[in-house]
Amino acid sequence: MTIEVSPDRVQSVDRVVIRFAGDSGDGMQLVGDGFTELSAAFGNDLATLPDFPAEIRAPAGTVAGVSSFQVHISDHDIVTPGDAPNVLIAMNPAALVANLSDLAPGTTLIVNGDTFEQRDLDKAGLAVNPLEDGSLDAFNLYVVPMTSITVEATASLGIKPRDAERSKNFFALGLLCWMYTRPVAPVIDWITDRFSKKPDVLAANIAAFRAGRNFGETAELFDMPYEVRPAALTPGVYRNIIGNLATAYGLIAAAEKSKLPLVYASYPITPASDILHELSKHKNFGVKTLQAEDEIAAAAMAIGASFAGALGVTGTSGPGLDLKGEALGLAVSLELPLVLVDVQRGGPSTGLPTKTEQADLLLAMYGRHGECPMPVIAAKSPSHCFDAAFEACRIAIKYRTPVILLTDGYLANGAEPWLLPDVNSLADISVPFAEVPNDGDKFLPYLRDPETLARPWAIPGTPGLMHRIGGIEKEGIGLGGEGGTGNISYSPENHSRMMHMRADKVAGIAKDIPGVELDAEDGAQVLVLGWGSTWGAIQAGVRRTRARGLKVASAHLVHLNPLPSDLGDVLRRYDKVLVPEMNLGQLSRIVRAEFLVDAVSFTKVQGVPFRAGDMEAKILEMIGLVK
Amino acid sequence: MTETAVTFTRKDFESDQEVRWCPGCGDYGILAAMQFVLPELGVKPENMVFVSGIGCAARLPYYMNTYGVHSIHGRAPAVATGVALTRPDLNVWVIGGDGDMLSIGGNHLIHALRRNVNLKIVMFNNQIYGLTKGQYSPTSEIGKVTKSTPFGSLDHPFNPLSVALGAEASFVARTHDVDRKHMMETFRRMHAHEGAAFVEVFQNCNVFNDGAFSAILKRDNRADMLIDLVHGEPIRFGAEGQHGVTLNEFGEPRVVEVDDVGVEKLLVHDEHRLDPTLAFALSRIANAPNMPTPIGVFRDVVRPVYEAEVQRQLAVSIKRTGPGDLSKLLTSGLTWTVS
Ligand code: SF4
Repeated sequence: MTIEVSPDRVQSVDRVVIRFAGDSGDGMQLVGDGFTELSAAFGNDLATLPDFPAEIRAPAGTVAGVSSFQVHISDHDIVTPGDAPNVLIAMNPAALVANLSDLAPGTTLIVNGDTFEQRDLDKAGLAVNPLEDGSLDAFNLYVVPMTSITVEATASLGIKPRDAERSKNFFALGLLCWMYTRPVAPVIDWITDRFSKKPDVLAANIAAFRAGRNFGETAELFDMPYEVRPAALTPGVYRNIIGNLATAYGLIAAAEKSKLPLVYASYPITPASDILHELSKHKNFGVKTLQAEDEIAAAAMAIGASFAGALGVTGTSGPGLDLKGEALGLAVSLELPLVLVDVQRGGPSTGLPTKTEQADLLLAMYGRHGECPMPVIAAKSPSHCFDAAFEACRIAIKYRTPVILLTDGYLANGAEPWLLPDVNSLADISVPFAEVPNDGDKFLPYLRDPETLARPWAIPGTPGLMHRIGGIEKEGIGLGGEGGTGNISYSPENHSRMMHMRADKVAGIAKDIPGVELDAEDGAQVLVLGWGSTWGAIQAGVRRTRARGLKVASAHLVHLNPLPSDLGDVLRRYDKVLVPEMNLGQLSRIVRAEFLVDAVSFTKVQGVPFRAGDMEAKILEMIGLVK
Repeated sequence: MTETAVTFTRKDFESDQEVRWCPGCGDYGILAAMQFVLPELGVKPENMVFVSGIGCAARLPYYMNTYGVHSIHGRAPAVATGVALTRPDLNVWVIGGDGDMLSIGGNHLIHALRRNVNLKIVMFNNQIYGLTKGQYSPTSEIGKVTKSTPFGSLDHPFNPLSVALGAEASFVARTHDVDRKHMMETFRRMHAHEGAAFVEVFQNCNVFNDGAFSAILKRDNRADMLIDLVHGEPIRFGAEGQHGVTLNEFGEPRVVEVDDVGVEKLLVHDEHRLDPTLAFALSRIANAPNMPTPIGVFRDVVRPVYEAEVQRQLAVSIKRTGPGDLSKLLTSGLTWTVS
């Protein structure tokens, strides 16, 4: 069945932000995902923001148990999941309460009217029914008895009402698909694909979905459906991708392009576990995954793997990064490739495990005892996690160094369309293992490559290159070219030399990375400098500012250590440098310390990304300050 | 993995580094036993990896002309797991002390054992912290007076073999630093075992805990204090074999006089029992080295080896879906074309 919508009854909009909100048991993530997939395949540009409760199962119907999924779809290139929803679907009073403060007047509010009994209101902490007291008058309120229509629509299937009720999220999906004129066939395919193993549930979900569509079409409640046309994106093949998946793919791609087996050792931790889940599926790529006994073991295992000739990778979130610091120090000392993916979340301590934050930057940069320099890279959008993971591996392998890749909870679970790279055009990042002695008939494991300062990577099984390395200071190469044995050395001169050597090696990577990603504008006096996932919000804020006819420039850092070598020059070109971050000012400290630039810190630590509106307002304020 | 037809000598396994333990340390004897036995095993030096944590014992890899990693305190079993998982063809030996393996690294030890990673784990037990100059260790007896316990230690010690057996290690043995032949035989058996092997070596720290094992290891005491476990034989000891081990009605081991009970009542040692209960019982005969103490192989059973199972899953997956194709992977799921 296809509902034909006559063209004159459709109103075109360029973009819309929809938020599905309900109890964590209501399946909001699922239908949000579904709507996203369909919109992606339809050709819209999009960005998503899932928001899960931290509790495994907060009491049903309470505000603590509300789960939501926001998707921004558009007919043009967009960079954020949207500030505030234009449409909120609230499956129960708690979902309404939890999201109300985000709604601007005029927002379309669709609520499940079946869930506003007194006991539902009580659970949500509401004394009076908001559907009746006029408190929602500022919104376009539609009260739809979603549960009862769903039960009715599935009755003929012989499904018990208790079970049938569970399909009400698909009713909501159907209604939204009608409102935004999504084609039907792909939705049915998507549902069928998901539930093919449970025919009863499949039938109920499809019935509920159709009921939702029909309701939109026939109820005459809604003025008219809208359409959001496909976006004119760069030509190519696209898929929809979330950050954790992109990270996993980036690691697999790097393993392929370095001709190394991938060993991923990790301990379950939110929001990084999905990388482990994903990689453990791809055994036909030779990927070995190890669920370690703890975070420390995971890092140590990855180091062992690298020593033995694999691409050793470990993944975690903040609390795990704390624990892995010791192993990172060992990898710095051993000078072996290692990639650590830190999917940052709200801290300190357990903090906000399911929410996003960028507060691990200083830890990644400096959080190890001794002088312990390490490259740090940050992904800027969900699909960019692929490139960032690939780049982290490239540097780790080429320079024989541990590298920290920073992503965050928003990137990890947020989705966007991804223009698929041509795998043949991905760089070859392989390096040869050492195979023969490098000093007469002797092998010096710390005899460095003069260009990269990387030491040779000689793997067990290679005759004649047996060597012992460890975390104790070792004899590196002397100025006269002597040494390089890697044997224990307590010599003061040697230690000083090794400290400088390790620092120089990491600093030297600056020659091997692109300059600052600068979006300059003639006459701009304010530069917005970002890193990581704030990229989208900064882009959006800059666009809005420019749309007002004002001038602003922006720069984004993917490489945080070493920083691009032209960064100092770029920063000094502007009167004001604004550094937005989801922490209390970490990159701003670094650029102040490195370049003596009076960077202005702009921070947000609410567990959610910046909004384009926040960014725009701050940029305007900065422009106002320029003398 | 044995590679016959190559002959090596002790020299092939000695590195050029000067051995730097305290004069008289038991570690010298253990190192020598290893360097004596390695050439016999037919393994090329380049196919061996010694991984250690931190502590006196953990310096051992530097003295071996093989591949080696002197890693972090406690983490050697984890580092070694990464090596073995990546390269099941290598022979990976893990060296550490009682503090390294049972205190800071206790977690890694038990998990390596339960996974049955093909690691040969040798724990030098001297019942003291040597490198940090004399604090009590997780195997020190209660009441031990050390720098950190001037009034005597209060914590109950681990029995390392009970811990290893509790983790269901597939090979568990004990030897001691004064008997090179026994050490060599134990290392041979350890090497021959497929899977995780745990060997405790009683090791004298003559500087901070001298004579910790003399009650059982002094030449005159050995006959009455060491119980040599022999597979398939009744467990008996003493110069004339006059002492023996039986189980009481609760299954607890008891040292008895053979004449009192008769040989047929003695417990017959069976290394290959899958159930670890009896091996565990044997590990409980002595909870401190001042009682008759079993040495030799407590347990040697066949269990699936972790790396081999990982390798098998990989092979099955490749057989089922063909080798990974990156381009296909990226385009999996819903894709669309913008033209
Ligand atoms: S401190 Fe003890 S264990 Fe360490 S080397 Fe000296 S004697 Fe040996």
